[in-house]
Order: sequence, then C-alpha cells, then structure tokens
Amino acid sequence: MNISSAYSAGRLTLYLAGELDHHEAREAMNSIEELLDEYLPRDCALDLSALSFMDSSGIAVIHRVSRRMREAGGRTWIENPARQPRRVIHASGIDRLVPVSTR
Amino acid sequence: MNAQNYIKLDFPSLSCNEAFARTAAAAFTAQLDPTLEELGDIKTAVSEAVTNCIVHAYPDEIGRISMRLRILPDGQLEISVRDWGRGIEDVAQAMAPLYTTGGEERSGMGFTIMESFMDKLRVRSTPGKGTTVVMLRTVRPRRKRA
Repeated sequence: MNISSAYSAGRLTLYLAGELDHHEAREAMNSIEELLDEYLPRDCALDLSALSFMDSSGIAVIHRVSRRMREAGGRTWIENPARQPRRVIHASGIDRLVPVSTR
Repeated sequence: MNAQNYIKLDFPSLSCNEAFARTAAAAFTAQLDPTLEELGDIKTAVSEAVTNCIVHAYPDEIGRISMRLRILPDGQLEISVRDWGRGIEDVAQAMAPLYTTGGEERSGMGFTIMESFMDKLRVRSTPGKGTTVVMLRTVRPRRKRA
C-alpha cells in the first residue's frame, strides 16, 4: 500500500495504490492523518484508481476521513475507483455518504 | 456432495496472512475459469472472513485459522473459514450491517460484504469454542456462458 498526495487551492488529493486490507489499514490511516494535519485542506479527494484491492477495512478508512473532514467543515469524495473497490464501495453503501466521481 | 478438488490451509492469525489467504483462494479458483469480477468477489469475501478471525476470534492471542476450498459439482465453489477462538454470542447481531465490536478501525460491514458477494453464507459459532463461516459461490466456465 502506497499513499501519495497533491495539494492545490485548498484541495488535497490522496492517491491510494496497492491493496488496502486490515493489515495495511492502520498505517494507511496514520499516513492520511499526518497529511490532513499538514495541509488542513478544505476538501479531500480519495483517488482510488490505482487501488487494486480493498475490503471493509478500506470502508472504515474512508469513513474516518469523511468524518474528520466533515467535523472541520470540509468535504470528501472518492475519485475513479478501480473495479473491485467500486464493488465494495457499492455493497457497503458508503457511496450514499461519500460521493463517488468517475472520469 | 463429492468434491472434485480441494485445498486446506492452516495458518496463524497474523494479519499478514490476510493477503496470503485471499491470493491462495484466487489461485485455487483459477481452475474454474472465473471472470475478474468473480475473482475479486471471492478474494474480498475470503479477506473479510479471515480478518474476522484475526480481529474478533483471537483479539489477544495468535490462534489457528483453517481455510478449506472445495470445488463441488456444477462449478460451485465452497469456502470454509474456521477458528477455535472466542466465538460469537449473537450471530444475527454480529451479521447486522454497521454492527462492530472492533472500534473505529472496523466498519461493521464485513458480513454484509460476504453476503452480497457470495450466493450463500452460513455462520456457526459456539462461544468459547470457535466459529465456522461457510460460503458458496457458483463460477460457471466462461466458454459455456456464450
């Protein structure tokens, strides 16, 4: 699991790559928290185009990012989820809470 | 039902084995000529079942997990994930969407995802003795689908 980021005009885009499961989730969340603390963005986009696998541990990560952004008055959305994460996002219903945008 | 082929894997409840278990399940399923979507669904369900053992069955210890995959007639894949851990007091409650005892690192969606990605899901548990999750998914050979 690898996380990279890009910041522009109040928006932080987090690019999640690799596999996000329970084993990877804690470290992923710590890295994301550090980036949110550093940039204090108004909006946060989670780009999942290079995430080849995600299970419900990933749903918990998305949930936490969304809650943290909401508490700070910001927005969160998911961008370009690859096929398998898209099915998990849909089955979990988190897309009713966090919007999903595709290219 | 007679199994046409099977594997059985025993491994300790270390979280690094989540990826190993789902990859092994995908490798075994490959002989059924699944679509990418079917493979993704099977990997996801295995990941959820094995994670449950690691997080909930053995919260304070490393215990044994046993995963068995069987190919049954008509392209049915049976996945069984068993532990000898804590067990579940109330299976219906544990399976309810968003219910979790795992804190904010867990989403409470594991069983919901297993249920929606598999054709059948059965959970047997005895508190103090352990839990067995059995899942069924039909994988029809693509060359016969057309």
